[in-house]
Amino acid sequence: MARFALVANVRLQNITKQFDGVTAVEDIDLEIGDGEFMILLGPSGCGKSTLLRMIAGLEDPTEGDVWIGDTLVTDILPKERDVAMVFQSYALYPHKTVLANIEFPLKVRKVDKTQRTGEARIAAGLLGLSEYLDRKPGQLSGGQRQRVALARAIVRKPAVFCMDEPLSNLDAKLRAETRAELISLHQRLATTFVYVTHDQIEAMTMGTRIAVMSRGHIEQVGTPQEVYDKPASVFVAGFVGTPPMNVLPAGSLEPGQHLVGVRPEHLDVTADGSLAMQVTLVEQLGHEVLVTGKVADTRVVVRQPAHAVPPAIGSTIRLDASEQNRHRFNAVTEKRVDI
Amino acid sequence: MTGRRSAALRRRTWRDSGLALVMLGPSAVILVAFVFYPLIKAVILGRQRCNVRGCRTTGWDQYIDAFRSNEFQDALIVTLKFALITVPIGLVLGVALAVLADKYLRGMAVFRTIFSSTVATSVAVASVMWFFLLDPNVGFVSDLLGGVFPVLKTPGLLQDENTALWAVSMSSIWANLGFTFIVVTAGLQSVPKDLYESAYVDGAGGFMRFTNVTLPMISPTLLFASVVLVSRAFQSFGDIELLTGGGPKNNTTTVTYLAFGKGLPTAGDDGLRSTVSILLFFVLLILALVQFRGLEKRVHYGN
Repeated sequence: MARFALVANVRLQNITKQFDGVTAVEDIDLEIGDGEFMILLGPSGCGKSTLLRMIAGLEDPTEGDVWIGDTLVTDILPKERDVAMVFQSYALYPHKTVLANIEFPLKVRKVDKTQRTGEARIAAGLLGLSEYLDRKPGQLSGGQRQRVALARAIVRKPAVFCMDEPLSNLDAKLRAETRAELISLHQRLATTFVYVTHDQIEAMTMGTRIAVMSRGHIEQVGTPQEVYDKPASVFVAGFVGTPPMNVLPAGSLEPGQHLVGVRPEHLDVTADGSLAMQVTLVEQLGHEVLVTGKVADTRVVVRQPAHAVPPAIGSTIRLDASEQNRHRFNAVTEKRVDI
Repeated sequence: MTGRRSAALRRRTWRDSGLALVMLGPSAVILVAFVFYPLIKAVILGRQRCNVRGCRTTGWDQYIDAFRSNEFQDALIVTLKFALITVPIGLVLGVALAVLADKYLRGMAVFRTIFSSTVATSVAVASVMWFFLLDPNVGFVSDLLGGVFPVLKTPGLLQDENTALWAVSMSSIWANLGFTFIVVTAGLQSVPKDLYESAYVDGAGGFMRFTNVTLPMISPTLLFASVVLVSRAFQSFGDIELLTGGGPKNNTTTVTYLAFGKGLPTAGDDGLRSTVSILLFFVLLILALVQFRGLEKRVHYGN
C-alpha cells in the first residue's frame, strides 16, 4: 500500500454538497494542518458530519476539491485515501471477535496472517484491550467497544483519522476519561485527527483548532482559546462556553447600535452598574453560583464565586462589564465588530 | 415465606387460574379439535389397514414395515432430491435478487414488487401457469427452446423421467422466490449502514463486504428461510399433483404425495396413508432438530 507524502494535511477547497437540491454544506474552505487535532463543532444538521464524510470518501462533494497531502482525492476511493474512520455507533462487526475486528482493515489489504495478528495485538495493547481479544463486541461494555473501534482505526496507521462523534454513546464519566485518552493517543500517533462533535467541552479540551459550523457554513476557525476569547459571531458566542455568552440588546449596556456580548464570569455586580437585572433563578453549583435574570426581554446569566452571598430571587441587581470583556457584534449580520 | 402469605398467594393463584382457563379456552379448543385429536387419530389409524368395507388392526409393526417398503424409501429419496434442488437454488436466487434490489436506484420499487409478486400467487395458479408454459405441444417455453432442447418437445419436460423432478422443482422455486426475496430483503434492511461504510473506508470491495458483512448479518434470516423452505419442500403437494401427478413412473412421488395415494398402493387405504403421514411427521421433526442444532452455531443473532 503506497502511503501518501509524510505530510498529511487536509485541504478542502470550495466544497459544496447538496442532497436532492438541499444544500448541506456550502462553499467551504478549510486547511487542516499535518498532525493537527481539528474539531468540527456545531449543532446537529450544520453539515459537520457531511464534511467529515467527504474527507473520508463516503460522500462526493457536489462542487469543490478535497486534498490529502499533495494528492487530489476528490475522485479517489476511500481505500486509496489512507484515512480511517471511527463511527458514532462504532460499527464493529458483531460476529467477529475483537481481534478479528481489529485485524479486518489489514485483512482487506491482504497483509499476511502472522503480521496482521501481530499488528492487531499491538494496537489492542495500546488501548488496553489485550485481555478481550477473543470476545465478541456484544460481550464488551460501551467504553471497551469504543476502544476496539479506535484500535481498528489505528492498526492501519492511516494518515488521517476521521471521527464522527465517537464519545456520544458513552456516559459522562467515561466520556471524560476517554477525552483524556484521545488527547494522549493523538500525541503518541502524531497524525492528523478530524473530529466531529456537537459537544463544545470535547471541542475545547481536545482540539488544537476548532472549526465552528452553522447551517452549512464555517463561522470561525481558531484555537479553542481564540474561539472562546474572540467569538467571530453571535452564533459562536452562544455555542462555545457553558453557560453561553450573554448577548445584550443594542443600547442596554452601553450607547450605540451594536449588540454587546459578555461572558457570565465577566459580569460584575456593582451598585453603580449601568445594567439593571431582575433575578429569577439562583443555582448553587458548589464551585460557583449561577444567577439568572432578565434584562428587558433578554435572559442573562451571571457567574459568581462559590461563597459569594447570592442576591435574593425577585430582587434587582446592577451589572457592569469592563471594556476588555465586551464583545461587540453587528446587530444585522451578527458578526464580530472590533472597535 | 409465612403461612398466611402462602395461603393468600394460593387463593390468588386459584382465582387467577379460573381467568387463565377462560382466556386459554378458545385456543385450547381449536388446538385439541384440529391438531391433537387428528394427530392421535392418525397415530391410531396408522396401525390399521383399511378398504371400502372397513379397517382391521395390524399393530405397531405397520410403521416399521411401511418405513422399510420400497415405495416409502423411493418417495423419501425423491423428497430429499426435491428439497436438495429447491432449497439451495431458491435461497441463492432469493438472496441474489434481494441484494440487487436493495440498491437505492430509481425505479427499484417496480422490481421489488415484481420479485415479491410470487408470494401472492397460489400454488395452483403457479402450477397451471408452468404446466402451460412447459406443455410439449402448445407451451411457450417448449416452442421457444424446443429446437435447442428436444426433450421439451418429446416427451416434454414434465413427462420425461429424468427431467420431471427438475421441472416441478423449477415451478416450486419460482413460487417460493417471492417469500425468500421478502424475508431476505427485510434481513438486509436491518443491517446497520455503518458496517458497510466502515468496511468501505477500510478498503473492502463489494465481494468482501458481502462475505464479511452481509452474509453473517443476515444469517438468522437465512436459517429461518431455509427451515421454512425445507418444510415446504417436504410438504409440497399441489404443484406435484397439478404438474405430474407423481409420475412419470413415480419419479415425482414425494412422501406427501404417497400419503395422498392417487394411483399408488396407498390409494383407498386410510390406515396406510396415516402410517405414511406419521412417518413424514417424524422425518420433519428430526430434520428441524438437525437444522437448528447444526446451523445455530454458525448463526449470529446480534448483540
